[in-house]
Amino acid sequence: MKLLRLAPESTNFPFMRFRRVSYPFSALLSLVSVALFLTLGVNFGIDFSGGTLIELRAKAGTAEIAKLRSIAHGLEIGEVEVQGFGTDTDVTLRFGLQDGGDAAQAAAIARVKAAIGEDYEVRRIEVVGPRVSAELVQSGTLGVVVAVIAVLCYLWFRFEWQFAVSAIIATMHDLLLTVGFFALTRLEFNTTSIAAILTIIGISLNETVVVLDRIREMMRKYRKMPTDQLIDVSINAVLPRTIMTATTTLLSLFALALLGGHVIRSFSLAMIWGIFVATYSSVFICSPMLIYLGLRSETVVGRAPSAGSAATEPPAP
Amino acid sequence: MLRLATWKIAAIVAMTVCAVLVILPSLLSAAQRETLNAYLPSFLQTRSIVLGLDLQGGSHVLLEVDTPSVVKSLIDTMRDSVRRVLREEKISISGGIGVLPRGLQVRIPDAKDRAKVMPRFLSLAGPSGSGLAEGSTAPTFDVTEGANGVVQFTVTEAGINAKLRRAVDQSIEVLRRRVDALGTTEPNIQRQGLDRILVQVPGLQDTGKLKDILGTTAKLEFRLVGEPGADPNDIEMLDQTEAQGQLPVEKRVMVQGEDLTDAQPGFDQRTSEPIVNFRFNIRGGQKFGEVTTENVGRPFAIVLDGKVISAPRILSPITGGSGQISGRFTVEEANKLAILLRAGALPAKLTIVEERTVGPGLGQDSIDAGKRAAYVGAGLVILYMLVTYGIFGVFANIALLVHIAFIFAGLVLLGATLTLPGIAGIVLTIGLAVDSNVLIYERIREEGHLGRSIVSALDAGFNRAFATIIDANVTMFVAAAILYFLGSGPVRGFAVTLALGILTTVVTAVTMTRMMIALWYRYERPTRLPI
Repeated sequence: MKLLRLAPESTNFPFMRFRRVSYPFSALLSLVSVALFLTLGVNFGIDFSGGTLIELRAKAGTAEIAKLRSIAHGLEIGEVEVQGFGTDTDVTLRFGLQDGGDAAQAAAIARVKAAIGEDYEVRRIEVVGPRVSAELVQSGTLGVVVAVIAVLCYLWFRFEWQFAVSAIIATMHDLLLTVGFFALTRLEFNTTSIAAILTIIGISLNETVVVLDRIREMMRKYRKMPTDQLIDVSINAVLPRTIMTATTTLLSLFALALLGGHVIRSFSLAMIWGIFVATYSSVFICSPMLIYLGLRSETVVGRAPSAGSAATEPPAP
Repeated sequence: MLRLATWKIAAIVAMTVCAVLVILPSLLSAAQRETLNAYLPSFLQTRSIVLGLDLQGGSHVLLEVDTPSVVKSLIDTMRDSVRRVLREEKISISGGIGVLPRGLQVRIPDAKDRAKVMPRFLSLAGPSGSGLAEGSTAPTFDVTEGANGVVQFTVTEAGINAKLRRAVDQSIEVLRRRVDALGTTEPNIQRQGLDRILVQVPGLQDTGKLKDILGTTAKLEFRLVGEPGADPNDIEMLDQTEAQGQLPVEKRVMVQGEDLTDAQPGFDQRTSEPIVNFRFNIRGGQKFGEVTTENVGRPFAIVLDGKVISAPRILSPITGGSGQISGRFTVEEANKLAILLRAGALPAKLTIVEERTVGPGLGQDSIDAGKRAAYVGAGLVILYMLVTYGIFGVFANIALLVHIAFIFAGLVLLGATLTLPGIAGIVLTIGLAVDSNVLIYERIREEGHLGRSIVSALDAGFNRAFATIIDANVTMFVAAAILYFLGSGPVRGFAVTLALGILTTVVTAVTMTRMMIALWYRYERPTRLPI
């Protein structure tokens, strides 16, 4: 049987030469992301901004967004964002916290329900109070920071410091670009988005670790080879795996984004973007960084092999 | 590589069989499962996967005990105790008892008087003396003597926390009685953190009613209506629910809601208006009898949460220990009030700080969409592995299916909740799970190209890829673990499936495929690598 190969049998791309292009390119993208975040900001969902979300489905016919907008406008509950999503029967209403505590939120929901009448089925109601949303922001930020630090420690323990630093730089790059993605696409940024970001961090490091593992192995093998050439050989060696894994993960994620329903669509789309960015950065950002950080074969060979590297050798019979 | 311990094969096969056995009951209906459980010993009871509220529909309401009101009630109780002590010891103070934001202060000019009451004050403020902070050894109040004979009581953090903890415990009991009265199945009510209560009610349609029932304190008091010419300090003006304007009501409470033993909705025999019939316990009945005997002809106020429901006139002494509340209720209101009175009052004010309700329609849609995405995602990955790796792809795919079975079995055994993000996590691990196989296979190919023999290439592939697999999965696992500890609700479901998926993939992708390839080599004796 003829088997499918997405990557050619043996490649020899001079990846390291691209760093003169990829670094300015990534720097530009990162700057654009920061600029987007600072000017547009991300579209915080009620998880982080506090407020009420009501999802409606028209019982018969299609949802009339314009009509709902004018109804909502007359309710005096502040600005109501009325949004459709993909289907012509479903619509969400979103409005900010009302003054006057939980009773006021409940009253606002009752007003909305009364105003829309019997034409719509209420499919979902979410109310997040100010203290909870503040805590969610806090725990979300804390989660991302703790994840980065924890993984940094692990990498420091398992690899030379140059590896750890470049892995973190690549991860930060992915993080920035993901935030930029949220700012640009206006996808709702909520607690599942934090889940997406943490998973992207995990995947980004997963990619990076696979490349770094191979670079380290090659450094032990070819002590005389110049670093940039050595990194090129390593990346070319893991390239089939990188493409293969990115493809299988993307297949699952596209299935989720297209079929998984609107509730997790923003999660799936962010993850798809994350896979592209993470794959790109492990090759074009993280690996060249090793050269800038002055990693040489002697640095790796000079150190006593760590516990994990012993496992890469065939076990004694 | 090729020599495989029989026990390893046996263990893997046994684990797979167990996983399938654990999952199968989830495919049965609840009734079928019950029949099955009747035939099984207690340690073998079958369980099904717990679906999150976002999938089965229902309400998730997070309530918070209002700390300022708890502090205020602590201070109020202390003020009454201090006043009582001063009265009993006949001690004169200058300027009354001052209430501060975090405590009280009282000025006792005479040093001898101070010396006399200080020990009693200290015992009031202590954990045992006041009885306010049971189970804690720290005092509820710090009592300090300042200049000019001022004695200051400052409520302590430990005192507030102990009180909050008790308020949460008592509230959970009350809320459980109230939610049970709604007739919903399997509500989940639990403490969250120091001062919060999580109420999860599956499948309830009318959330307005639920929130109403959760958020009402339901503190019922019977008090006399103040007469003209009474001391203004003993009277407060209260709003009325069914009439305009305020009513002067005595601060002194005749009988409280906690002295009720029963409350049932009913109809007034004369007016056919919905009412609530109640019965007092012995103490409440006696007290009510005494007060009504002494005050025939005067109106008394039935006060619920600081609002007067009605103020009927006492026509004759009520000594039977029962009575009725009328307040121009609708049938529904009378029902609700009866439920609230039966369940008892909340010890403190509760505020709803978060609510997430998913209707059953959306829940079912989410299940369908999640299933579709999972089938298509898994199908595509399986197909792709097949066309890329041929027979080795078949091995990876078998491992993938076992991996999915392990995740579900893990969910059942842990009693973890499957949420929509959790399904997303499973779909994602389907994509990620084959990564370990890809790492191994690509390594085998590479080693084969270097001119190694088949056995040697297989061996090197597995051994060399192993460290990378561990490193790569540890980083993912760290992310999932952090998500678990910091996330809540549905997101936590994602963390669980992701973490489970990472753990099982190491078993299935490494050990299982290794076993299958070893068996394949033994029977096939291939002359060249199939990938």
